[in-house]
Amino acid sequence: MAVEGPLALTERHKGAVRLTACNPDAVALGLGIGMTLADARARVPDLAAVEGDPAADMSWLERIADACDRFTPSVMTEPPDGLALDITGCAHLFGGEYGLLAEVEARMRRWTGHLRHALADTPEGARALARFQTAPSSSEAAALRRLPVAALELDDEADRALRRAGLKTVGDLADRPAEPLAARFGTELPDRLARLLGRSGSVITPRRAPPALLFERRFAEPIARADDAVAVIGELAAQASITMEEQRKGGRRFVARLFRSDGHVVDLAVECGGPLRDSARIMRLFTERVAALADPIDPGFGFDMIRLAVPRIEPLAAAQLQLEGGLDHADEAIGELVDRLSMRAGPRRIRRFVARDTHIPEQAVLALPAIEAPPPAAWTTPDPAEPPHRPIHLFDPPQPVEVIAELPDGPPRRFRWRRNLHEISRFEGPERIAAEWWRRAPGDPGLTRDYYRVEDVRGRRFWLFRHGLYDEKPAPRWYVHGLFA
Amino acid sequence: MSVESLPLLKRRLARIERRHKPASVSPRHAPTGHDGLDRALGGGLLRGRVHELQVADPGEAGSGAGFAGVLAQRLGGELLWLREEAAERGMGRLHAAGLVEIGFDPAHLILGVLPDPAAVLRCAADAIRCPALGAVVIELWGDPRPLDLTATRRLALAAEGSGVTALLLRVAGHEAPSAAQTRIAIAPAPSIALPANAPGHPAWRIELLRQRGRPDGGAWRVEWDRANGTLREQEHDGETISGAVVPLSADRSAGALNTG
Repeated sequence: MAVEGPLALTERHKGAVRLTACNPDAVALGLGIGMTLADARARVPDLAAVEGDPAADMSWLERIADACDRFTPSVMTEPPDGLALDITGCAHLFGGEYGLLAEVEARMRRWTGHLRHALADTPEGARALARFQTAPSSSEAAALRRLPVAALELDDEADRALRRAGLKTVGDLADRPAEPLAARFGTELPDRLARLLGRSGSVITPRRAPPALLFERRFAEPIARADDAVAVIGELAAQASITMEEQRKGGRRFVARLFRSDGHVVDLAVECGGPLRDSARIMRLFTERVAALADPIDPGFGFDMIRLAVPRIEPLAAAQLQLEGGLDHADEAIGELVDRLSMRAGPRRIRRFVARDTHIPEQAVLALPAIEAPPPAAWTTPDPAEPPHRPIHLFDPPQPVEVIAELPDGPPRRFRWRRNLHEISRFEGPERIAAEWWRRAPGDPGLTRDYYRVEDVRGRRFWLFRHGLYDEKPAPRWYVHGLFA
Repeated sequence: MSVESLPLLKRRLARIERRHKPASVSPRHAPTGHDGLDRALGGGLLRGRVHELQVADPGEAGSGAGFAGVLAQRLGGELLWLREEAAERGMGRLHAAGLVEIGFDPAHLILGVLPDPAAVLRCAADAIRCPALGAVVIELWGDPRPLDLTATRRLALAAEGSGVTALLLRVAGHEAPSAAQTRIAIAPAPSIALPANAPGHPAWRIELLRQRGRPDGGAWRVEWDRANGTLREQEHDGETISGAVVPLSADRSAGALNTG
């Protein structure tokens, strides 16, 4: 954004509007971060002030960080306005550190007018150099020693105390023993100093854990058709498939990142229920994913790099061929169908049932996403002489009904549900289900439910319950909890 | 090899082949176990077709779901049950413990809860093409606009191609032209009471409204036979041993009094 004249972003803090960021013109006029807007206006009457939006700034920073993924998989954001890249072992891909820097500069020019960067042995060193270095230096160590003490980013009090003591640069502190410094200026100081000078180790915490497997392809000329990009994902998937076969592994998740030449990044992720390495099946999931996109892939000026990451891999033995030829088909076909439907409709919509060991009916069955569900376990088969004791439709939450019973705590005679009156001709009960007091807060044992299986004169079968015994609650309510077959 | 061992080997081979055969090449009909219904259907539910199950009253949805579950269990194999999210949320969730009770093993069930009828039909058309499935239940409420003759024909073609049987469970909908092989109306029937007037095994009044290429018509009272895992004729008219004449047993009412 090109703005003429002084500009500042503001934020309301405890009733006062303060500046949170200034452009170079504003800084040149003596404005600084933390000044109140009223003071700033008094000094610079033609200051343009805009209210800041930290969330938008953060998402902007995340997008830049995405774009920086092309340089190294290990990128860390330093809110509000910094990025740290661990380029260990990556620089040679760009013709050395200076080649990499030139590339970063060229790409970042599209995103931002003001870019400061530095290379150093530690993330703290690079951060301090990028933010506080004013003049070039012969070596990294010398540059660090010439930094002002502000580069340590201590609190205001320690900062002021240091300056009052005549300690102006990092070099003034570097050779002093740590203990007196800690005693006088706080324990934070020697710690920061050691990390800045690389005396104690520190590492980058990347935004994403590095994936287990990573395949990428760069293009001299950006490719401008979405179909071609998908085809390249297919080639990478074939490559991944070979590598996974060698390792006897299969992927549970595949993420394709398409890096547009203008810095924009498109992510496509697919998941599957079991470890997978068949590239044709991986591609079918990606095709499904692309078809389900709300807006189609926009290649813009083209993609100049495509990367396929496999974040999660699991052991997968070589597939057994059947005697009569072909793979063991049925299970695999079902798995593929589940993956495909989950990809299209969303994984939470395609479910499998898992039994749980509890008496509370609505908690006895879990419907889990089919691609995450554990392998099916056996269900307890009920006594074949008995009619069903559990309904086929279960209301969650149970629906309130008005019940007329013969006796206050007796079985129901008739009930009204959804404005229809049901005359009960047969019933069985109560089946008493107590609340799980051992899972509840002490002093709140929960209400006992008395369940009745009832059938009305037309043959409709319902599962009713009274919520609470009469000595637990003065007027317990009735609910219909399910419908039987 | 002796001559006697040859038939033995052949029989064993046949058994192995049976075990590994996909659903599509198993017999064309899945018998329900109920003689009258099976005879009218020409030996049982025809595989690789669309069968429409109609439930008139939304309050009888449980009955319809139970009947669809029984048919799916008769068809065997993996079952995909597709419903709308509105039905799953408002009209009761499909309860796996209840499916166990009518003989269906939920380990073979995949449930799809989709946002609207169009998505249900799209998913169904896709899933029916997968021959590894045994059956697909497509549950739709009311008269959704996307469910027209074209949609059912698409389902029917997919089913014929793959041999997967589709059960189109329509709750509270009106009869509309469709490419289904059969149309069966389902309503709950009073069960034969167990001792102490307890509700008995699930029972239905079913009516064969339409059948392609075979005479239609016929109404039956059928009951779930859990011991054999089939349907059977309900032996008595529910009224003859009506619970009204069976008095409550003495210890039951005493027990009920003590529960307070």
